[in-house]
Amino acid sequence: MKRQTTEKNIKDYKDDYPRWQPYMKSTYKILIPDMLPWHFALIERLLKLEGYDVELLRNETRSVIDEGLKHVHNDTCFPCLCTVGQYIDALKSGKYDVNHTAVIMSQSGGGCRASNYIPLIRKALRAEFPQVPVLSLNFSGLEKDSSFPVGAKLMLKLVFAVYYGDTIMWCYNQTKPYEVKEGEADKARDKAIELVISKFEKGGYRKYKKITRAITEMFSAVERSGEKKVRVGIVGEIYVKYSSLANNHLEDFLMSEGCEPVVPALMDYVLYCVVNNINDGRLYGKKSLFITANKVVYSILRRMQKNIIKIFKKQGVFEPIHDFEHLRRCADKVLNQGVKMGEGWLIPAEMAALAETGTENIVCTQPFGCLPNHIAGKGAIRTLKNLYQNVNIVAVDYDPSATKVNQENRIKLMLATARENLAAGK
Amino acid sequence: MRQKTFVAAGQKTAGTMAKLMGIDVGSTTVKVTVVEQDGTVLYKSYERHFAQVRETVLRELNKIKEQFGGDFCASITGSAGLGLSQRSGINFVQEVQAAFVAIRRFYPDADAAVELGGEDAKIIFVTGGTEQRMNGSCAGGTGAFIDQMATLLNISVQEMDEYALRAEKIYPIASRCGVFAKSDIQPLINQGATKEDISASIFQAVVDQTVSGLAQGRRIKGKVLFLGGPLYFLKGLRQAFVRTLRLSEENAVFPEDAPCFMSIGAALHSAGVHPMNIEEICDRIEKAEGNDEVVTGEPLFRDKEEYAAFVKRHRATDLTFADIATYEGDAYLGIDSGSTTTKLILITPDCRILYSHYQSNNGQPVDIIVEKLKEIYKISAGRITIKGSAVTGYGEDLIKAAIKADFGIVETVAHFKAALHFNPDVDFIIDIGGQDIKCFKIKNKAIDSIMLNEACSSGCGSFIQTFARAMGMEIDKFSQLGLFAPHPVELGSRCTVFMNSAVKQAQKEGSSVEDISAGLSISIVKNAIYKVIRAASADELGDNIVVQGGTFLNDAVLRAFERETGKNVIRPGIAGLMGAFGAALYAKEMSGGASTTIGLDKLEGFSYKANAIVCRGCTSKCNVNIITFADGSRFISGNKCERGAGQKPASAELDIYSYKQERLPQVIEGVKGTKGRVGLPLQLGMYEQLPIWAGFFESLGFEVVLSDKSSRELYFRGQHTVASDTACYPAKLMHGHIESLLDKGVDFIFLPCESYNLDEHDSVNHYNCPIVAYYPELLKANNERLNEENFIMPYIDLNMWDNTVKKLCAALKKYNIKKKAADAALKEGFARFNKYHADVRAKGAEIIKKAREQGKQIIILAGRPYHVDNEINHGINKLLTSLKLAVLSEDAVFDEADLVNVNVLNQWTYHARLYRAAEYACRNKDMNLVQLVSFGCGLDAITTDEVRSIMEKNGKLYTQIKIDEINNLGVVKIRLRSMLAAIEEEKKASAESK
Repeated sequence: MKRQTTEKNIKDYKDDYPRWQPYMKSTYKILIPDMLPWHFALIERLLKLEGYDVELLRNETRSVIDEGLKHVHNDTCFPCLCTVGQYIDALKSGKYDVNHTAVIMSQSGGGCRASNYIPLIRKALRAEFPQVPVLSLNFSGLEKDSSFPVGAKLMLKLVFAVYYGDTIMWCYNQTKPYEVKEGEADKARDKAIELVISKFEKGGYRKYKKITRAITEMFSAVERSGEKKVRVGIVGEIYVKYSSLANNHLEDFLMSEGCEPVVPALMDYVLYCVVNNINDGRLYGKKSLFITANKVVYSILRRMQKNIIKIFKKQGVFEPIHDFEHLRRCADKVLNQGVKMGEGWLIPAEMAALAETGTENIVCTQPFGCLPNHIAGKGAIRTLKNLYQNVNIVAVDYDPSATKVNQENRIKLMLATARENLAAGK
Repeated sequence: MRQKTFVAAGQKTAGTMAKLMGIDVGSTTVKVTVVEQDGTVLYKSYERHFAQVRETVLRELNKIKEQFGGDFCASITGSAGLGLSQRSGINFVQEVQAAFVAIRRFYPDADAAVELGGEDAKIIFVTGGTEQRMNGSCAGGTGAFIDQMATLLNISVQEMDEYALRAEKIYPIASRCGVFAKSDIQPLINQGATKEDISASIFQAVVDQTVSGLAQGRRIKGKVLFLGGPLYFLKGLRQAFVRTLRLSEENAVFPEDAPCFMSIGAALHSAGVHPMNIEEICDRIEKAEGNDEVVTGEPLFRDKEEYAAFVKRHRATDLTFADIATYEGDAYLGIDSGSTTTKLILITPDCRILYSHYQSNNGQPVDIIVEKLKEIYKISAGRITIKGSAVTGYGEDLIKAAIKADFGIVETVAHFKAALHFNPDVDFIIDIGGQDIKCFKIKNKAIDSIMLNEACSSGCGSFIQTFARAMGMEIDKFSQLGLFAPHPVELGSRCTVFMNSAVKQAQKEGSSVEDISAGLSISIVKNAIYKVIRAASADELGDNIVVQGGTFLNDAVLRAFERETGKNVIRPGIAGLMGAFGAALYAKEMSGGASTTIGLDKLEGFSYKANAIVCRGCTSKCNVNIITFADGSRFISGNKCERGAGQKPASAELDIYSYKQERLPQVIEGVKGTKGRVGLPLQLGMYEQLPIWAGFFESLGFEVVLSDKSSRELYFRGQHTVASDTACYPAKLMHGHIESLLDKGVDFIFLPCESYNLDEHDSVNHYNCPIVAYYPELLKANNERLNEENFIMPYIDLNMWDNTVKKLCAALKKYNIKKKAADAALKEGFARFNKYHADVRAKGAEIIKKAREQGKQIIILAGRPYHVDNEINHGINKLLTSLKLAVLSEDAVFDEADLVNVNVLNQWTYHARLYRAAEYACRNKDMNLVQLVSFGCGLDAITTDEVRSIMEKNGKLYTQIKIDEINNLGVVKIRLRSMLAAIEEEKKASAESK
């Protein structure tokens, strides 16, 4: 069934680019984009402990967006634009020795444009900082000459960091809107981060049950009022969902509106990527060592997740993080798990799971013109409404020129309905 | 402007209970209402605020203070009211919510409400599952859209309404966004369609947008309320809604309070709000000044001296004049019949200006030119002999036919010629006109690359004009205001819809008109540099820049451009007339001594008649306009092919698109099946895989039914199930294909989900794009007629044979297909598939051979398999053959090319073909590549730059054509002709250098 192809020459149209060399570890600074403020802060500290000179970028001025607009194609998605803008703005700031600076970006290798961020960043940097190497953080064997080296041990540490980041974010969001004494939740968060870092530093970071328990206790110690607030889930494209630069500080906005933001865990996305590889085997009968390895990884991660959920339940203060198997079942109600590009089936799965766990108000965030989101985001809302009568979803596009007024006005409409539902006790 | 103030009886009754007040601050108007606690409306007003939000509200409140006094429970609502509410501490209620409250109070039996505002469109479903919807951030179809269109037609909105009521014919117009609609309307204007019909078509477009963009699959039925200003004031719009929704008279309700409905709702919503004295309310609004949330930039000019120096520098490049009243001798006439303006210039052989004219064409370019020509003849009184004339621009053909001009010249070439006159070393030209931005890079004295604005990044001159009008002033005055603005507002640089809301935000924050004006000028420049040219830095633009186009006559824009590029540029004094000037130069260059230009005697009796018909020449059914001149000659426009013009069409012999269109359906053998009828929707991936599935199902004993041919009508049939209006047109068309198959009563529709396409062993991975891969999921979720039984969409990977067979058997379980049979059927499918592709390649080879025999240039029109669809490519292939070119497709040639290593991650099958097709074009001297890109295709944001870089690395011209539902071949034609002109120049240059 494969079409015959004769031996062909290969014409090279690739421009040269600087590669990351192992020796650079000691002399180069690596810039991390501000994608996941919670997790990346942890990972930043973690990588420093590993001997990398990393820095999480926090620049958010208008010039970030302007640099992005200048350096990437008009129709490229917003996350890419933000990231490129952040890099270039930072490199131009004079704070860094541009001859000894590299940048890093994650790469999933899926069928969505996001897998092309690395070449796009490279292209953007070429105009002004051709000497800056671009590192890819991926687990699919892409960009072999520019991958960030992740050994088994570091991988394990990253997994723990993601779980801890999730737990901290999850507890914080359930504490902050209700704190009686202002600033207590933030104190608890800082304490939790210090705890996690100290474990990475001094060892003992693998005792995740103990650490998780400690984190939840730190937050549950914060005095919280018992008032009922509107809970609003945030789902969508991974970058826009988490990054306040991209989503105009959506979490803060929701809190200022007296709501409790519910932001699903990052580990769900990691598991989603792993499961997609397994699904390729299940759906299309593919067999490979890679798929088997993913199955192993999945079972390990799942076991940890189950234990973490158990801790949440036992402690009984906070709503536990989502159970990934539950998410998968939720997805099946809406669409096939074969929809695996971008955030694919994870988006409707999260929306359904939120609806089933008492968060019926949802902001579905997406970069303007995001292809997978046409299907898994906007396209799935009708099905979700049929499944969950009271679900109250607003799809919001994010874009360099979409204004905050416009976005907030739409969110406010959703909130008006949410408040009415809350008052009616629905 | 419009002002309606109603005052009910019983003023100044100092009731014991506080009254309710609603303040609705929209994007263009302020509405204030006073309501009794029992719901009686005491006072209502409707005012345009011209960006002076706070002042207007205050003025209205003072009226209320005088009339009523006392305490009020007040709420603010509306899209621009949020900031005012936050800063004044007055309660805010979201406007849809406000409407909802009022609906429940006054029209408890309503089923739905449609509200159109200045920049918002909303639908509220009351019964059958309450739901409230607003337009997304990229949606036209609102009051601002209507205003914009009225500006384009140069009539008031009120006049437009009157025209619409007398319409006879509706043209399809895209309403998703103002820019798109303009591209549809402009050719209609140029072709002489009546204002009546255009007006009605615009209203229909608004209705279609509301119905498809907002309702998205949910029918608007029962008793429907129509709210908001536009629906209250515009009868034509009302009619269009009632007609489209098929509402009976009693079910279409147009409340007397419609414009103020939201403010009444806001007032009612205030019932629980803590009452405040009117004095305090006024006081709070008074103090609610804007804060500094708006990002601002540096002023354009620091002081008058700086401005004076700037003006002086630019005056140096003005042309000299010759007095037409005394001049005796030869002259050359150049006409640029642009999209919104008509430009005309008469020069002496030594390039002095005898006469020039620049005017908005009001949709009647012929009238203007005839009138001006008469004037020229009269003033010159026989002393001047026109030795040659040339026409350029959108209206080239029409004007050329009307005045019997000697030559026609491609716009881009005309501009280049004019720029050369001012700077022989020019290496970059940028022209910002009313409707479009054109940029050319010049290399070796020839146009090297051309960049035109895509449909989305317009925001050109006419945008400022629309804005100036919205602010209630003329464009000159408005832009002049920006020159010394202290803090120009940062407005972003995307399409006009976004800019509208950015301006709204700035207004909300209290920015002054001056700052907004300067901000608009700056954003137009940024749009041009970063969107159209996509320059990474200003150095890329070259050293000798000539700027032109009417928009650059605006000093604020010119200054912004110099500031953004950091270079001093040349702006000729005739910046707005450069196209015409170039045409005149061309006429001079080409003139053989005598001109055919219409003389005064013929002009006196000049008249013409426009007549619109539908061409029946083929299935395209083009709307054709026939203009008959007094001397009996005719000009025909609107036709996609020569047939509409009554000529013999160019032979399809050298056009692989025509071949594919014919060949593809032949993969269906027409077996009358016994197992049942399967429907295959011919769109997206099916354009590639039809042979596989036709073969598969026919050998299993099914009858294969193909969906109807794509057309605008088909799109409208499925439009109500479109979930995401920013998806690409092919995807949106798919909805119509599904409807057509359902109507044909097939047993089931088959459309597989395929993450992976066939591996052609030339890329890192072989994905489909997300839309092609998973669109069946979206169709199933959003079309209530589809279910598990009648829509079969298995997940398969065709590279995995056994699994595919298994999955197909499982999907067709009901029909009890045996594995062995399925295996054989799939083999048959692949046999047809391979045969089809082999035939396409063979045909490609044949075309190349014949084209070379005939000495024709070959164009590889490269896109996706579904771009072969005539409704998607709008017949560009026929346009190419009419320009005497041979047309190939990417799938006919890519196999011949080498593999390519590209910068980007090469992981989609169809895209990999594009890169290789580009490589192939580069290898052949007589070939060029034109890339077709569907608007909204995110993946092509990646491929276009990469294909361009492959072409340019090989010293070839890159041309890209963005296509959408817009059916405007005029722009495409200019682009293609510019490309051809550049190829010719290149040939000439290389011949000369030898």
